[in-house]
Amino acid sequence: MTATLPETAAPPRAQQPARDRRPLLLAGLGAALLVCALLAAGTGAYAIPPGDILASLAHRAHLGGHALERVPESVLWNVRLPRVVLALLVGAALGCAGALMQGVFGNPLAEPAVIGVSSGGAVGAVGCIVLGLDALGSWTVTAAAFASGLLTVGVVYAVSRSGGRTEVVTLLLTGVAVNAFCGALIGLLLFTADTAAISQVTFWQLGSLSQAGWAKVLAVLPFAALGLAVAPRYARRLDLLALGERSARHLGVDVERMRIVLITVVALLTAAAVAVSGIIGFVGLVVPHLLRMLAGPGHRFLLPASAVGGALVLVAGDLAARTLAAPAELPLGVLTALLGSPFFFWLLRRTRRRQGGWA
Amino acid sequence: MTALLEADGVGCAAGGRELLADVHLEVRAGEILALLGPNGAGKSTLLSVLAGDRRPARGEVRIDGRPLARYRPLELARRRALLPQDHEVSFPFPAAEVVRMGRAPWAGARSAAEDERAVAAALAATECAHLAERPFTALSGGERARVALARILAQDTALLLLDEPTAALDLRHQELVLRIARQRAAAGRGVVVVLHDLTLAAAHADRIALLDAGRTVATGPTGEVLDAALLSRVYRHPVEVLAHPRGGAPIVLPERPREAD
Repeated sequence: MTATLPETAAPPRAQQPARDRRPLLLAGLGAALLVCALLAAGTGAYAIPPGDILASLAHRAHLGGHALERVPESVLWNVRLPRVVLALLVGAALGCAGALMQGVFGNPLAEPAVIGVSSGGAVGAVGCIVLGLDALGSWTVTAAAFASGLLTVGVVYAVSRSGGRTEVVTLLLTGVAVNAFCGALIGLLLFTADTAAISQVTFWQLGSLSQAGWAKVLAVLPFAALGLAVAPRYARRLDLLALGERSARHLGVDVERMRIVLITVVALLTAAAVAVSGIIGFVGLVVPHLLRMLAGPGHRFLLPASAVGGALVLVAGDLAARTLAAPAELPLGVLTALLGSPFFFWLLRRTRRRQGGWA
Repeated sequence: MTALLEADGVGCAAGGRELLADVHLEVRAGEILALLGPNGAGKSTLLSVLAGDRRPARGEVRIDGRPLARYRPLELARRRALLPQDHEVSFPFPAAEVVRMGRAPWAGARSAAEDERAVAAALAATECAHLAERPFTALSGGERARVALARILAQDTALLLLDEPTAALDLRHQELVLRIARQRAAAGRGVVVVLHDLTLAAAHADRIALLDAGRTVATGPTGEVLDAALLSRVYRHPVEVLAHPRGGAPIVLPERPREAD
């Protein structure tokens, strides 16, 4: 046969290298999280060997094992485990919220703080502390932070909507303005506060899990579970949104509806995390960014991996926060920002060099 | 036979300025309709209205005889695809993955094997197969334009709306894109293409709609619309239309003042 055929479709290459790596990476993150959680549960002023922890866990789950002596059993179940579980939930919530934010805004630098959820939550918490409100007992600060965080996001979103659509730039700029306003409110509150309240506010703003308990775990759990369950359903549509709103709509995505749902999810996840732990920065920004560099931007991988990755970072970070300067305890938010920001800077430089820019 | 796409007395305005007024248009299966006109004539606005991005203040657009407003986004996504002027992708998705996104409207409706075939065929048709694994964000302007076109082709719709698909492309790829449009039309699709190169339009389009200040000033077969007097008036620049020495296809040239004559 001498006639040349028209160029036929090349068979698609079976798998791309980045995709091969994804399940392995996710499994690796999961395994590291388990090891780290076990380590965190055993480390502290009163050390508990991993074997004992597993035995006690199995015992409580009625799967054999045995109860520990009174003191280690009490330390494990009343102090360590609630803290580890809370770190895990808060980390998963922040990581997943960060990945969602970056996807919704099509911008690798977006983080939940941008839409005002953190600063709004801080206004509520600081207001409660300074004004001495305690209508809900020890829950007042948590509930106020959660409510005012959600309220702020609602205001930012409502203000930046016009004609049934939301422009991303308007939304971001509204967020900037609202963040500045919240900062001013906090400043005003601090101006009127006494010394005890100021030190309590400062401690809250630094971010910490030292007040962990099962009650706080139960307070975060429903929001974290809801958010983490809803997010993956939007993974494919978030991929399409990377083409821009217009092209995503042309592919059948109801962009405005999706944005409302996902911003609500981000607000719930972040408000719940901020309410129980104060402001813990950079997890939501760095974790998804790093995972995207390692395994590509597809959201079907990125969303669950960012949740697991965020949990890993916070469990490890909290372990470091309470052991590095023992018996004193470093504020977790300070630690994550202290390590997170130079790391992020390095990531930026590296990505820029490789890609030659962000466009 | 009903037209694939009809615009019936479409008008719209923004900021007190009339962008489109009383535009009538019909796109039939099997043809390429070129949308021509000077800058600011309303070509891209019209394309937005035809795609359903912008709701016209007056008039109506119908696809398969049904008004756009009565389609759900997914139904529309299976009937029309639009190639935008600028090709931005927020994250470094591999080119093949970008093209695969074009298959999203068919998720669940077609088999995975069929999706992969459509993606591979679209990549091959646009001569992008070798770019498949490269991140979209690392591609050159011309490569991005072709990958974006491949995504539109993979969407497999009866109606293709192309907004200046040749703008970033060299001569060879300009011809490639219009050849692809021709093949799609020959396979019974309808193609609307916005072009600035009148000679390119003359060579490839079946019909031309000429826009000026938001109105259709002429609609008809290529040879009729490409009239020197009409084009000179619309483009506000003297234009001459020559016949190609072989075949006689119109060649449109702006008149240029001669220096040494």
